[in-house]
Amino acid sequence: MAPPANRRSGYSRRAQYGTFFGYIAGIVGALVGGGLLIVSILNPGSFSWLRGAAADVAAPGGQVASEGRAAGQGAFAIIRGYALAGSRNARLERELAEAKTRLVEAQATAAENVRLKAMLGLARQYPPPLVITELVAGTGASTRRFATIAAGTDRGVAVGMPIRSPLGLVGRVLEVGSSTARVLLVTDTESVVPVRRAQDGVSAFAQGRGDGRLQVRLINLGINPLKVGDVFVTSGSGGLYRPGIAVAKLISLTRDGGIAQVLSDPSASEYVAVDNIWGPQIEPTSAAAQPAGKR
Amino acid sequence: MPSRLMNAIHARFRRRINRAPSPALARGVPWASVMLGSLLPSWVFVASAPYVPPVGFLALLAWCQLRPGLLPVWAGLPLGFVDDLYSGQPMGSAILLWSLAMIALELIELRFPWRNFALEWLVATALIAVYIVGALGVANAGGGNTPVAVLAPQMILSALLYPFIGRIVAALDRFRLIPFVDMS
Repeated sequence: MAPPANRRSGYSRRAQYGTFFGYIAGIVGALVGGGLLIVSILNPGSFSWLRGAAADVAAPGGQVASEGRAAGQGAFAIIRGYALAGSRNARLERELAEAKTRLVEAQATAAENVRLKAMLGLARQYPPPLVITELVAGTGASTRRFATIAAGTDRGVAVGMPIRSPLGLVGRVLEVGSSTARVLLVTDTESVVPVRRAQDGVSAFAQGRGDGRLQVRLINLGINPLKVGDVFVTSGSGGLYRPGIAVAKLISLTRDGGIAQVLSDPSASEYVAVDNIWGPQIEPTSAAAQPAGKR
Repeated sequence: MPSRLMNAIHARFRRRINRAPSPALARGVPWASVMLGSLLPSWVFVASAPYVPPVGFLALLAWCQLRPGLLPVWAGLPLGFVDDLYSGQPMGSAILLWSLAMIALELIELRFPWRNFALEWLVATALIAVYIVGALGVANAGGGNTPVAVLAPQMILSALLYPFIGRIVAALDRFRLIPFVDMS
């Protein structure tokens, strides 16, 4: 395309200065960005109030969009359903028959659990979720995996609370605004969830890989007992997540564990539940707060 | 009644003599469209992997290539700030990278004043690739630990999406210059 004529400054002093100061401003902008970046890398929480306020402002748009997103997912599912109806129907009937048997077995186990717990005097019930809310936004372009939920300090959400969907664990609250909160998804590379294998309790850590899958690392090294298809649930150690929330299903094996697919795809979950923090949290105390004799 | 209303609107937009574009629209649409580009993907996709193209950055590139000089060289500062608020990157990431991209585009514009579609697409693809890898570096410095291989789908999608974003930006450019403000 031809360059527009007004871009050439020619002999005009004014135009030359305008171009020059434009460049200076551009370089200053880059320097400001670099400075902010250094501050936010050294102190990651330093702009959380700004992000919280911005998320609060954008939340209504996100709520509208989240309904559309759910509808879109539904439409895709319907189209796919038509294409695969016959074979899927047969498979589902077979699975349903198996599941009915398993359900009866599970009811028996649950009844036995209740009886045994009553004998032991253990009456620990899982509390109901604190808030049921919408997932209004998520970071799609960044390699960091965050999402925004439509509940903040106004509904009692606090940092560290686990977020789950009916299908499994989604993440935990990282920053809280007044009407929104920022969630660190389990697929982020900074997220580590203590898990155990559902059937026998082999304990491991599930760390995000940043590409929608989790790296499962066994705590006891040695012979890798895992098999493809194993389901992992939260183990409850660390006290953040209550035991027994489904997390991921193993899709391939590595030397020290495996790679697992997250069960609750955040793009498919419109509504999520915010739980209270499971166990009592021990605040990490600074050296100054320690008794003098211990130093 | 509706037809009379439509006729009135049509008459208003069809007559071009003694009409000028609205200055607010003509100046505001580029800024607003880039900001919307930063916001919309985060609403539409809650993705479990980083495959969504950085639409705000693509829109910025498209505006700069369609109308060089319309967005000033320092536009990376405010627009990058808005992107940082919603992108999940550490604050300052987009401010820095978008400012550098604006300076680079300006230098390319001076070096190659006559460009064709292929060159513009090539330049944009190169800038997008550098931007995505740079954003990964910044995110990893801020606490992440993501390998570069994860980015391949996002890069390919962004490069393919760029001409389409360019068409949308061109349509917005026609929209912002509709002369409908009566000058008499």
